[in-house]
Amino acid sequence: MWSFFHKLGSPPWLYGISGSILRWLLPASIVALLAGLAWVLLVVPPDFRQGNSYRIMYIHVPTAVVSMAGYYVMAIAGAIHLIWKMKMADVAMKCAAPIGAALTFLALVTGAIWGKPTWGTWWVWDARITSVLVLLFLYLGVIALYEAFDNKEAASRACAVLSLVGMVNIPIIYKSVDWWYSLHQPASIKFTSESTMDASMLYPLLYMIIVFYALYTCLLLLNMRAELLDRERSKGWVRALLKGSR
Amino acid sequence: MNWQFDSLAALMQMDGHGAFVWSAYGITALVLAILLVAPLNRRKRLLSEIRGEQRRQKAAEEAHASRS
Repeated sequence: MWSFFHKLGSPPWLYGISGSILRWLLPASIVALLAGLAWVLLVVPPDFRQGNSYRIMYIHVPTAVVSMAGYYVMAIAGAIHLIWKMKMADVAMKCAAPIGAALTFLALVTGAIWGKPTWGTWWVWDARITSVLVLLFLYLGVIALYEAFDNKEAASRACAVLSLVGMVNIPIIYKSVDWWYSLHQPASIKFTSESTMDASMLYPLLYMIIVFYALYTCLLLLNMRAELLDRERSKGWVRALLKGSR
Repeated sequence: MNWQFDSLAALMQMDGHGAFVWSAYGITALVLAILLVAPLNRRKRLLSEIRGEQRRQKAAEEAHASRS
């Protein structure tokens, strides 16, 4: 167990293992995404009330789910770096921020586009939507804060603290549809009771959520590998790597 | 398993919701493509930068060796 943590803290090991994971996970995720797109756009039946506009759900819900999970990744990586001074955790935190911001942006934009034909408006200051907007600002805040410091160690600590404080927003997003019920509908996927969705619509949604988790993993690893190369450019393992690839 | 649309035109229109559905999917595809290409480009750029640094360093070492 401890040797695993020790390895996880080693840049060449992380670079190597992430490369061998990406070699199959990245093509597999892209193929799975294309198959999923064909499924939700061509095969899944339309909603009896919303018609075809609800097909936006198949990207809106996965981006929203993964943007919140990505926040946990960023905040927990920040905490690990704060407590154990593990450099790889700082790399993970730094790389998680822009991916999370992009996914949150997508959740908001696809939600707005879905809102127009369904609610008759692009935007409403509903509790769910507002708290997700706060999530986007938290991500952007972490990115900006990282750039604001010259001292990267201080930058990393400040970002870790900001992302940990911002973590209170995640349960608020999750519970907002129950606490302040206005326009945004409550969750249809339930873990404790039967979901309020037909299986023909539920399974493709669960599939798309898994695909987006896989894509997120690929994107995070790709960014971490580039960041590692940048930080370790003068180290021996990078030199050895370049010699081998020439 | 049934196909929901009979023709390409029907698929584009989606009973009047096509503009919403396709713009949402289009923006998502664009952002995902950018997210994917950005780290790959950065890696490529870094590798050529590091190679250049190593070449310069090697050249400097050789020049130093020939002078002494």
